[in-house]
Amino acid sequence: MKKNHVFMAIALPALALFFIFHTYPALQGIFYSFTDWKGYGSWNFVGVKNYLNVFKDNRAGAAYIFTFQFAIVTTIVVNIISLLIAIGLNSKIKFRKTLRAIYFLPYILSILIIGFIFNFIFAHFLPQIGTVLGSELLSKNILGNPDLAWIGIVIVAVWQGVAFNTLLYLAGLVTISEDLYEAASIDGAGIWTKFWKITFPMIAPFFTINMVLSMKNYLMVFDQIVAMTGGGPGKSTESISLLIYRGGFEGGQFAYQSANAVVYFVVIVIISIIQLKILNRREAAN
Amino acid sequence: MTRKKTNWIITVLLILGSLFILFPIYLAITIAFKTPPEMAGNLLVLPKSWSFDNFKQAIEMTNFFNAFKNSFFITFFVVIFTVLTNSLVAYAIARNLHKKFYKTLYFYFLSAMFIPFPIIMLPLVKQTSAWGMDNLVGLIVLYVVFNLSFNVFIYIGYIRSIPVELEEAAIMDGASTWGVFWKVIFPLLAPMNATVAIITCLGAWNDFMLPLVLLSDQSMATLPLVQYIFQSQFSTDYNLAFASYLMALAPMILVYVFAQKWIISGVMRGSIK
Repeated sequence: MKKNHVFMAIALPALALFFIFHTYPALQGIFYSFTDWKGYGSWNFVGVKNYLNVFKDNRAGAAYIFTFQFAIVTTIVVNIISLLIAIGLNSKIKFRKTLRAIYFLPYILSILIIGFIFNFIFAHFLPQIGTVLGSELLSKNILGNPDLAWIGIVIVAVWQGVAFNTLLYLAGLVTISEDLYEAASIDGAGIWTKFWKITFPMIAPFFTINMVLSMKNYLMVFDQIVAMTGGGPGKSTESISLLIYRGGFEGGQFAYQSANAVVYFVVIVIISIIQLKILNRREAAN
Repeated sequence: MTRKKTNWIITVLLILGSLFILFPIYLAITIAFKTPPEMAGNLLVLPKSWSFDNFKQAIEMTNFFNAFKNSFFITFFVVIFTVLTNSLVAYAIARNLHKKFYKTLYFYFLSAMFIPFPIIMLPLVKQTSAWGMDNLVGLIVLYVVFNLSFNVFIYIGYIRSIPVELEEAAIMDGASTWGVFWKVIFPLLAPMNATVAIITCLGAWNDFMLPLVLLSDQSMATLPLVQYIFQSQFSTDYNLAFASYLMALAPMILVYVFAQKWIISGVMRGSIK
């Protein structure tokens, strides 16, 4: 009986702390989303008004569109590149350990600081190269262009994101036996056939994890944007996280941004579930 | 089976690709040593002299050692407390998963992984400042508690692979549940503890958002936060800014150079759980 008491004495404080610092703030956020609280002073219940306003709000709409565009493009690019690198690192190459260490390096670095470095690359280094080459496109800072700035943020996110995804794909690739490829070669299969018939099905679970995790991470993009554009030019690269942060802390929109956060949460859960369903079905079909 | 020959095409391609990874770091190092007049010339060339003046100035300006101390303090204690407490909680849950309460608790922690931080951010900041937790200790408490979600998940998978017979033998010898955990289970968890320690360390050291929203006093700023705070003061003095960035990145890079094998295998172990 005493044993159970010990387990309870461990589990209960953990539950209490987690509830106090995680669940309780979440519930408070939901509660305030039905009020007009500015973050200070008095407040009244306003029903679902905040939610209706979020859907009518152009700034919020733009933030959702930007965040989705960024997250989808980055997820796809990161996964293609990391799969290629992982296949490369898994083949018979020289300096494998060193190369693997270099490709994983970005994972350990601060995203914010990397963002500042890339900010400089886009603002000064690329224009210098562009001027030398006489390229109109390169000679200007793309982060200053409302239509192109998001690409700069994708590049930083890819530069860093590839590290972790490559590692996961590599973990999947090393489990595939060399014999499978040799048997396929004897049957006359080409590189392309081997990839789709052997490699891809074998690493499908890793593909699923990578797609879901990447998408979720990139929907929460924040550090890169703070370091690169601050949401600009204009509001062209303002992500949902940044909007909640700005409006909630600086704009006196505590309740309104809480409603926005709830919408955001629902969106993320729905996307994760849809992704898991589609990807699992595809895995099962293989 | 014949030994395959080295594929030089892929080797060369991968080496070229790795230059993309190394380039921003090369740029950061060289610019940190340059002087403003050198910035007008070709940005790719090496600095004329390797003087540490930029670093000295950046250290003074940003109060680097203070920020380093803050980051180190947070990371050190978060890692220690996360490994000690999260493994214990995971053990309590793992050995009682057949009971409804513990099973619910497991899914409770697990489901929190799907809650994006911005959702709890606004109320959390109000709450922590009202409770006097808008400081380094508050930050440590929050990291340790939030880490439970992911760590319980990866520890439990590992703990369940440890045979219960080992514990029963220790109990026969008169050890308490508490003693069994620290003397039998915790040492067996060593590989997982290393994984959790590495991931926690990177997370706490590099995190920007939680220190940004939580800390009220600039003297408590962590290394990434300091770079953000001084962004406007660096203005166009990129040499100073890059010296500061480089010093903020250097500790992790140094650790990585010496321990990359462990770090990579540790993160890999955590990710395939």
